[in-house]
Amino acid sequence: MKFESQKVAMPYFIAAIGLFVGQILFGLIIGLQYVVGDFLFPEIPFNVARMVHTNLLIVWLLFGFMGAAYYLVPEETETELHSPKLAILMFWVFLVAGALTILGYLLVPYAGLAQMTGNELLPTMGREFLEQPTITKIGIVIVALAFLFNIGMTVLKGRKTVVSLVLFIGLVGLAVFFLFSFYNPDNLVKDKFYWWWVVHLWVEGVWELIMGSILAFVLIKTTGVDREIIEKWLYIIIAMTLITGIVGTGHHYYWIGTPEYWQWWGSIFSALEPIPFFMMTVFAFNMVNKRRRNHPNQAAVLWALGTAVMAFLGAGVWGFMHTLAPVNYYTHGTQITAAHGHMAFYGAYVMIVLAMISYSMPLMRGRKAANSNKSQVMEMWSFWLMTISMVFITLFLTGAGILQTWLQRFTETPQPFMVVQDQVSLFYWMREIAGVFFLIGLVVYIASFFVGGEEATESKARSSV
Amino acid sequence: MNEKRYPPGDLAIWIFILAELLVFAIFFASYAFTRASHVELFNIHQLQLDTDIALVNTLALITSSYFVVRAVKAISVGKRSECVKWLLGAIFMGLIFLVVKSVEYAHHYSNGINLRTNLFYMFYFSLTFFHYMHVIMGVVILSVVTYKGYSGGYSAAEHTGIETGASYWHMVDLVWLILFPLVYVMR
Repeated sequence: MKFESQKVAMPYFIAAIGLFVGQILFGLIIGLQYVVGDFLFPEIPFNVARMVHTNLLIVWLLFGFMGAAYYLVPEETETELHSPKLAILMFWVFLVAGALTILGYLLVPYAGLAQMTGNELLPTMGREFLEQPTITKIGIVIVALAFLFNIGMTVLKGRKTVVSLVLFIGLVGLAVFFLFSFYNPDNLVKDKFYWWWVVHLWVEGVWELIMGSILAFVLIKTTGVDREIIEKWLYIIIAMTLITGIVGTGHHYYWIGTPEYWQWWGSIFSALEPIPFFMMTVFAFNMVNKRRRNHPNQAAVLWALGTAVMAFLGAGVWGFMHTLAPVNYYTHGTQITAAHGHMAFYGAYVMIVLAMISYSMPLMRGRKAANSNKSQVMEMWSFWLMTISMVFITLFLTGAGILQTWLQRFTETPQPFMVVQDQVSLFYWMREIAGVFFLIGLVVYIASFFVGGEEATESKARSSV
Repeated sequence: MNEKRYPPGDLAIWIFILAELLVFAIFFASYAFTRASHVELFNIHQLQLDTDIALVNTLALITSSYFVVRAVKAISVGKRSECVKWLLGAIFMGLIFLVVKSVEYAHHYSNGINLRTNLFYMFYFSLTFFHYMHVIMGVVILSVVTYKGYSGGYSAAEHTGIETGASYWHMVDLVWLILFPLVYVMR
């Protein structure tokens, strides 16, 4: 760790992991409710638990991104963070606001929460993933502005690198597109149209810039490959991301009442969205092969390679599977979407945050470069446990989705939704079991932070590699 | 001098060019397959397009590509100011393309023709506008390269940047050379 102020990333990462645990617990609850419908009813109904599951995911990833930025930007710009105090203050504001919101979801009926928080003054609630009360949304905007100010001032006064600029552009985009969550037109078509500007343009647009820059940072640090080469890759990756991802929004506009040309635009551009993810995979492996050093933190390298591969599979391949309009006509809103969502979020965004945590946490805790071998082995176990579990969750949901699409939509004699749900319940049971293994992986991951021992040392990179 | 180096320019731009060509290829293929089942419709509306004005644009792009070739030749023998002049010429021809194309769009617009008119115009606008954006991008790249060349950033020994810009510009030109016959002429 080069700058004292980088340490403000630590509470952000700890909170992120804590909320991650909450997300997985609620995931297990709704997974079980899929097959045991009245589990925990009426205390925690499915719709509430699902809201908590998805909202926690978004919030902890935001904590992760902010922590990553606070660690990365001072190091890249070679200067202390503009205001560590502001960063800590915003941490508490965000955490308290987030916790209150989740408690609100769990303790108050949703309609009551809307009333309590004055939703009628500026109605923004009630839409999937954007369920937060309006005051929470305003809080998020304030935290984001303070965060961008802090990071922006740091970038301005220090060295300007491609990595920090791309990260900054991604974070600004994240904040700007969130503003569309305040736009809530009465026209349902328009509502959905702009809703996707938050949802799609986040995960298939600006978040990819954040992911690309964090990946580039971790690779520069762990491989010792020239910054120039890594930056060039980053340029091409973000160019392809934006070319395919922006118009690719069209793959959400097939059936919501928008003009027909969206079926063409959406199909063509989003069919190419796997390209930037594929480039990221090639990039990561190439850089590791060209490495000038064998960094002692092999766990971080594993996460970096893992995120590139899993993002390509989850976001790229599983996205492509149902992105063409003629296919999507049958598959939209089925478990195929759920399968894609799980692997894409895990592969692209969970793993990139964990890669950054894995790289930076030992340094923030006073190590020279890495944790002990014993701790790293444990962390790698958690990597494989969580990743393989997620592969199985995805496969089981894909199986459920294919069967559902067939029985409910494709056959000559389509069956009603709930009848079909009963017939695919075996897949849901298996998904739940895979989910339990995921939780075990997460527990192992957390345990690895508490394993001490002699620090792993740098082994000289073989020049012939 | 490293004249035999292949491909010319930065390898990164080639990865980018291939990805871009893939997007256009898919667009062209979609056009072809859709046309096959709507031949009548495509033929009728194709006749409404102004081939002459498109030919002017084709000549503008080919000429600008030629200028870019001359620019690369000039810098490779160290003639810096000549290279900059050729590049400015190429940018000028690119701008002519953009102006002519904009006039054409304005004409369509005033006739009430847009993306939603029919399937043919949907493809026509999508393809030509996507290409139009690439011409803008190409002009920006050439301008950056020209500025760097003007301030002495390139020499006979090292002019990868100019080759990189030239490669991208030729791609933009090449795409138009397929787009023009496909959308305007072939029936």
